[in-house]
Amino acid sequence: MTKAKTKYIPVPSRAILPERDIARDPVLECVNLGITLGGIKAVDDFNLTIGRTEIAGLIGPNGAGKTTVFNLLTKVYQPTTGTILLNGRDTHGMDTRQVNKAGIARTFQNIRLFKNLSVADNVKVAMNNEMRYNMLSAILRLPNYKREEIAAHRRALKLLSIFDMQNMADVPAGSLPYGAQRRLEIVRALATNPTLLLLDEPAAGMNPSETAELLDSIRKVHEMFQIAIILIEHDMSLVMNICDGICVLNFGQIIAKGTPDEIQNNPAVIEAYLGRKKEG
Amino acid sequence: MTMRRLINLKRVEARRIYLTYAVVIVAYAVCQVMSSTKFLSSSMRGMLVPICAYMVMAVSLNLVVGVLGELSLGHAGFMSVGAFSGVAAAIIMQKTITYAPLRLAVAMIIAAIFAAIAGFLIGIPVLRLKGDYLAIVTLAFGEIIKSVLNNFYLGMDSGGLHFSMLTDTTRLLKGGRLIIRGPMGISGIQKIATFPAGFILLMISLMIVFNLVNSRSGRAFMAIRDDRIAAESIGLDITKYKMMAFVMSAALAGAAGALFAMNYSTIVANKFDFNTSILILVFVVLGGQGNMLGSIIAAAALTILPEKLRQFSEYRMLLYAVILIVTMLATNNAEIKEFLGRLNPFRRKEEAE
Amino acid sequence: MIFLNFLISGISLGSIYAIIALGYTMVYGIAKMLNFAHGDVIMVGAYVCFYAVSRYGLNPFAGVALAMLVCTVLGMVVERLAYKPLRQAPSLAVLITAIGMSYFLQNTALLLWSSNPKVFPSIIGRGAFKLFDGRLSVSHVTVLTIASCVVIMAVLSLFIGKTRLGKAMRACSEDKGAAQLMGINVNATISLTFAIGSGLAAIAGALLCSAYPTLMPTTGALPGIKAFTAAVFGGIGSIPGAFLGGIMLGVIEIFAKAYISSQLSDAVVFAVLIIVLLVKPAGLLGRMTQEKV
Ligand SMILES: Nc1ncnc2c1ncn2[C@@H]1O[C@H](COP(=O)(O)OP(=O)(O)OP(=O)(O)O)[C@@H](O)[C@H]1O
Ligand SMILES: [Mg+2]
Repeated sequence: MTKAKTKYIPVPSRAILPERDIARDPVLECVNLGITLGGIKAVDDFNLTIGRTEIAGLIGPNGAGKTTVFNLLTKVYQPTTGTILLNGRDTHGMDTRQVNKAGIARTFQNIRLFKNLSVADNVKVAMNNEMRYNMLSAILRLPNYKREEIAAHRRALKLLSIFDMQNMADVPAGSLPYGAQRRLEIVRALATNPTLLLLDEPAAGMNPSETAELLDSIRKVHEMFQIAIILIEHDMSLVMNICDGICVLNFGQIIAKGTPDEIQNNPAVIEAYLGRKKEG
Repeated sequence: MTMRRLINLKRVEARRIYLTYAVVIVAYAVCQVMSSTKFLSSSMRGMLVPICAYMVMAVSLNLVVGVLGELSLGHAGFMSVGAFSGVAAAIIMQKTITYAPLRLAVAMIIAAIFAAIAGFLIGIPVLRLKGDYLAIVTLAFGEIIKSVLNNFYLGMDSGGLHFSMLTDTTRLLKGGRLIIRGPMGISGIQKIATFPAGFILLMISLMIVFNLVNSRSGRAFMAIRDDRIAAESIGLDITKYKMMAFVMSAALAGAAGALFAMNYSTIVANKFDFNTSILILVFVVLGGQGNMLGSIIAAAALTILPEKLRQFSEYRMLLYAVILIVTMLATNNAEIKEFLGRLNPFRRKEEAE
Repeated sequence: MIFLNFLISGISLGSIYAIIALGYTMVYGIAKMLNFAHGDVIMVGAYVCFYAVSRYGLNPFAGVALAMLVCTVLGMVVERLAYKPLRQAPSLAVLITAIGMSYFLQNTALLLWSSNPKVFPSIIGRGAFKLFDGRLSVSHVTVLTIASCVVIMAVLSLFIGKTRLGKAMRACSEDKGAAQLMGINVNATISLTFAIGSGLAAIAGALLCSAYPTLMPTTGALPGIKAFTAAVFGGIGSIPGAFLGGIMLGVIEIFAKAYISSQLSDAVVFAVLIIVLLVKPAGLLGRMTQEKV
């Protein structure tokens, strides 16, 4: 099998690429992605391309299938149709773990932290795959255990400091306030060294000042790591502010793609959100 | 900060680990002094080794139930594998290793290896399942191990080792010895298990478990326990880590089984049945899932208590059952928890602050 | 002919497993918990029936009816006291509670009725039908057992498929939250499920002890575990699955006893369970459910 560089299936429209990505391969390409859940097509004919360092928004009314798209990308659900190319590689047959190793990390809409682990451990456990010492070193506390643990702890604190959480490192994750839990999930995802970061409603439940801080932090992350980010969000000001391109989903289908300005003035989008009946 | 003060998990855990070691060492010293000054009754002295074995069983099961978060209902099966392989090894080595403590140590290592192999083989199918299914399959394996050992014959003569299933067809030469005799188990065991050996095994088990838990593997175990989907999403190999915990737990249980068996002159496979598995589970649940010190104390208390309350021995199992149910209700029901919290004067003061 | 004989005893034993497995499967379907104590409800049923018939001279069928009544109440009480407070608890906690309840029932029985085995009188005598010039003998108990199982299956399927309460049960097992919103009393429905399962357990107890007359406080434990195995085997949560799993397990057990080894028959049964779960992790007729993320 040769790698499908040329696409035979026409992809209707590409997301708007920021200039810096023009000459580079995209990080993610979805072609005709779809899944049937409980008899309904929760996502259907989903085509999307994400540039190397793009920040993309995925919006749509409740139940549109946004989270399902993330679940498909991370193989929490197996797609019934379509192809996902990650860094040009088909992820067919991979499971969640392999997809993560290949470069996708995510957060969850309903927070899924390791509640009984400390904040630092939540981050360090995500670095598991890059740590090398084995069980014997751990049991006998050999020098490489100490060395790697210290290095991991340093790196965890550094990542936490992006979100100003380094002084909560030893607190159980479950006892953090809600906003901090959401931020910790992002840090945990970052600790796996992703090339594509999926954020599922990161601002949900945050107050306006927290949301503003989050916006800054996401920008900071983007600048520091130069990665692509897809963001599901209901807070339109956040989405419009931060995204290079936006994709709107309704009833499992893409109804619009474009820059924030284009989306704001798109009649189909306005209709989907306001639920206006077609006239005539 | 206006936020309520949060506990420092790292400090709490470190303190708990040192406390556990300290308690075990002090308890050992006290028991040694008491038994050398004849302060301990002989029946109590006889229980020291089994208590150590049960403590190791509880600690090892806690690794699977408390740390990994999977319910194993066949832990006695690994104890049994360890007991039989360890004792058989000790009998075979009787002539070659004459120094008893060394023989015991080697036998326990062999027992641990056999139990680990059993754990690995069982783990392959078991760990692909989830939750209740996993629990029930461990139960099934516990029963299978019991049935198989009940029908296993192992003999040794000048021609080497011979074994057979179902009926004794080992046809040993003259001077040979039938070591494992099916449902009759092994008899004529030299009682070489000692209290210091039990203490050392417990300390080693604690060290292994604590150091493992405080390493990348331990973090992975607990992450899988807290949220499997999130653990997968950060690239953890669920099966690998489950297997690691399961095999380690089985190995420790095997060593404990060998220690336990070499405290008696006869052992049979039926000793290690479902009830034994449940008994150990009770230690873990009562002591607190993930709390090793709790497991150890529960194991000691629930082994000594029935001896002290001999006149109530009929009510013993009933008491266990009630304790189990009440503990579960008290620790898992919000209303009952709150009710108990209100009874606790310290808690109330804390909240008022 | 011998083969046929084994097959019939296998189906008969399997029918008992199937009746017990129904209780497991219904409770699992609706409360998503393994009611480990179910096997011991069988034992209680058998004891009640035993005392009613041999002490108080009740008609055996009245004895069974009484046992059903007692077990139904017992099942509901157990649910109310031990399981209901744990609806929101992790499944590990619920399972351990159920194991505790099983121990509780066994040891209460031990105190009440002692560990001395009782010889259970068959509820319809020890006669047998002779077929093929007496070469094949099928006892009345066997016929009654198989017939009861078929009748129970049919009635239960109708109940669940056609009646309002049955539909409520199905709704609750699909989605408790949604069922609640539709005005179904979820707690009452769960209670009803326990009641039906426990009532059936009483019948199973009487049939089991008619076929294998030794009655002890631990009588229910092993058949309970095996019936549970049968439920998992057939796909826990599925009623036809419980039927299929029960019958197959009974047949496998009897054949393993006959052709492999009577000591290893339990091991064979459990080995078959493990193999089935590996090939079909949700059992023969079970449905895999996907966790919502
Ligand atoms: N495991 C599942 N089984 C059956 N249906 C599912 C499953 N997961 C999602 N669905 C359905 O798919 C549809 C899309 O759900 P999804 O969670 O993706 O919506 P969403 O766009 O993320 O909505 P929200 O903004 O509320 O988070 C919904 O109708 C949902 O009920
Ligand atoms: Mg969503």
